[in-house]
Amino acid sequence: MSFPLTLAIALPILIPLFSGALSVTGWRSRRVQRALAVIGTGLLLLASILLLHAVWQDGFVVMEMGSWPAPFGIVLVADLLAAIMVLLAAITGFATAIYSLSTISERHERFGYYPLLHLLLAGVNGAFLTGDIFNLYVWFEVMLVASFALLILGGERAQMEGAIKYVTLNLVSSAIFLSAIGLLYGLVGTLNMADIAAKLATVDDTGLVNVVAMLFFVAFGIKAAAFPFFFWLPASYHTPQVAVSALFAGLLTKVGVYALFRVFTLIFNISDSLTHAMLVWMAGLTMLTGVLGAAAQFEFRRILSFHIISQIGYMIMGLALAPLSPLALTGGIFYIVHHIIVKANLFLISGLVYCLRGSYELKHLGGLYRDKPWLGILFLVSAFSLAGMPPLSGFFAKFIVIRAGIEANAWWLVATALVVGLLTLYSMTKIWAEVFWKAAPTEDNATRPASGDLRALYATIAALALMTLCIGLGAQPVFELAQRSAEQLLDPSRYIEAVLGERL
Amino acid sequence: MNQQSLILRTTGRFLLPLLLLFSLFLLLRGHNEPGGGFIGGLVAAAAVSLHLFVMGTNAARRVLRLTPRDLIGWGLTTGVLSAVPSTLLGEAFFTALWFEITLPLLGELKLGTPLFFDLGVYMVVVGSVLTIVLNLAEES
Amino acid sequence: METLMAFVIGVLYATATYMMLRRSIVKLVIGLVLLSNAANLLLFTTAGMMRGAPPLVPEGALQPEGPVADPLAQALILTAIVIGFGVLAFAVVLIRRAYDVVRADDINRMKGTDT
Repeated sequence: MSFPLTLAIALPILIPLFSGALSVTGWRSRRVQRALAVIGTGLLLLASILLLHAVWQDGFVVMEMGSWPAPFGIVLVADLLAAIMVLLAAITGFATAIYSLSTISERHERFGYYPLLHLLLAGVNGAFLTGDIFNLYVWFEVMLVASFALLILGGERAQMEGAIKYVTLNLVSSAIFLSAIGLLYGLVGTLNMADIAAKLATVDDTGLVNVVAMLFFVAFGIKAAAFPFFFWLPASYHTPQVAVSALFAGLLTKVGVYALFRVFTLIFNISDSLTHAMLVWMAGLTMLTGVLGAAAQFEFRRILSFHIISQIGYMIMGLALAPLSPLALTGGIFYIVHHIIVKANLFLISGLVYCLRGSYELKHLGGLYRDKPWLGILFLVSAFSLAGMPPLSGFFAKFIVIRAGIEANAWWLVATALVVGLLTLYSMTKIWAEVFWKAAPTEDNATRPASGDLRALYATIAALALMTLCIGLGAQPVFELAQRSAEQLLDPSRYIEAVLGERL
Repeated sequence: MNQQSLILRTTGRFLLPLLLLFSLFLLLRGHNEPGGGFIGGLVAAAAVSLHLFVMGTNAARRVLRLTPRDLIGWGLTTGVLSAVPSTLLGEAFFTALWFEITLPLLGELKLGTPLFFDLGVYMVVVGSVLTIVLNLAEES
Repeated sequence: METLMAFVIGVLYATATYMMLRRSIVKLVIGLVLLSNAANLLLFTTAGMMRGAPPLVPEGALQPEGPVADPLAQALILTAIVIGFGVLAFAVVLIRRAYDVVRADDINRMKGTDT
């Protein structure tokens, strides 16, 4: 293997680990930590572009850690889906780092905000790139520990209450995941995902295989906040610092979705009737409960949190319909790309509104369009994109998924998806009307002068909104990217061959 | 910390250097036999904790010279860096590289990147255990 | 031996679930500890229980002599135990801080962020 390739796949894990470690050594100097946050995530962004380029050219990039050959050592595998996810993680990480410079207070920085940010990114990227199921568990835990600490940064009562539910349900999910790995190892005697996929095809005991598949289904369902396992998300996501909220909203649940995509295309047979039925029901109910939950909320970040759940449903719908329509998985991947950028941006906007007005409650807000028309426009772009208005990225994402649903004759799912899209629009216009359009409430001292320099916040938000617009206007290249990664996912033998090669 | 037994105070003084030496021995032994950075770090942390019980927290901090947090940081940095040289030579990430050095008095010495990784683990373990112990000791 | 272990693991899972369903947050954490131990034990059992020598290859030979135990499962459990220990240490700190803030050992008093 040539020199740049081995480096390309290691860098997305190595850079955040290294900048995190340096950030701990530079604990005393605020300036060093802030500089490292921007440089580290910036380099990560470059490295992830490099990786995506390499994967686009070669199809798969595989690296055996420590040169231990594949089924015995731990491998890092980057296919297109993994490379796309790493790129999205880097974009979100970079945007959050810039945004944090002006929103995270010195007190929070002293509790280790920046090292934890790097650690979280390392965990997320590790989970995307690993080709070993136990290693996936380890990266999940790295990510979880960092997210626990970020969640309670500041130590307010709401954060503690949210964190207890977040920690409990995520630990339960980890225990289920570990049990599933144990049973799987007992069945096939290997941990390499490609090797598992090859060996599981020869196992006759379908009962036990189904049990293991359902354990993975539940474990990743909890991480992805899918119905009926989502309760930890609306209880906790609106409590931490808003930059942390944005990072979580963009990335964490999507790691669960990625794991579902990976495990149910590579290892388990998705056209199995039980798995298929479970996924279809999960997709429909996740969309519906999420959006109905959001309709009942009147707090900016809580509304957005519930919308994360309903959007997860669309991604799972893409996965669920994969055996029936070749377009479905493409739609699911397109949806992930669109969702991570838009969702993170909406949270960042809510944070900026908080900086300007000092509240997240819709009834205390208002009149922002009169004061800050550009912020209103930026919000509209992201909100309409989330709801699926053309020509923004959300329209194409929904369009592909729904088109796949029609091809698959899954009429109930299609109907649900359309209704949910309409309700999303309702939620977004509710925020628009309350925060931007209606007159500012007079009774309280709401027009708090903006603290500090907000230019960095505007720049981040504008850049992400522009990205949504670009994905919408130039949907073709993104669609091709999603299509090619879906093709890779649908043909697991290519993954197996890339990892195990002639040793098979 | 004022009512100490004479035995503890006397032995503590001798045990600190002995235990630290033993932890280094474990660290180096991990190359081919049971041992390694994790267990060596635990022994070193135990040694410093013993010193803490005998002489108090300030003395323990003086023994460390660096704060535990810096130890964690530098340990992590060393560990991550030890994975890098192999990629520069075109090998996979984390591949072990060994060099043989002949020293004038000691004879042949085998040095490798896994040793640096172990050293990193050693420092992280010492740092994180002592962060907890020092925090608890200073709180009470 | 496997049958006995299966019962032990089952009892551990059941106890963990029961403890987690209690209202006290201390019992919740005890439940989580038991749950992670149950998972570790499951990993240990399904990997195949056997009495074997450590899997060390004697000098000069190409493979170990006689039956050896599977080292991979033990390495996994060791990793899982260390991770579980770290995460649970965090959980203990969390409930202590939560107790300081909320002044109650009762999940029912922590519903401020629910909807």
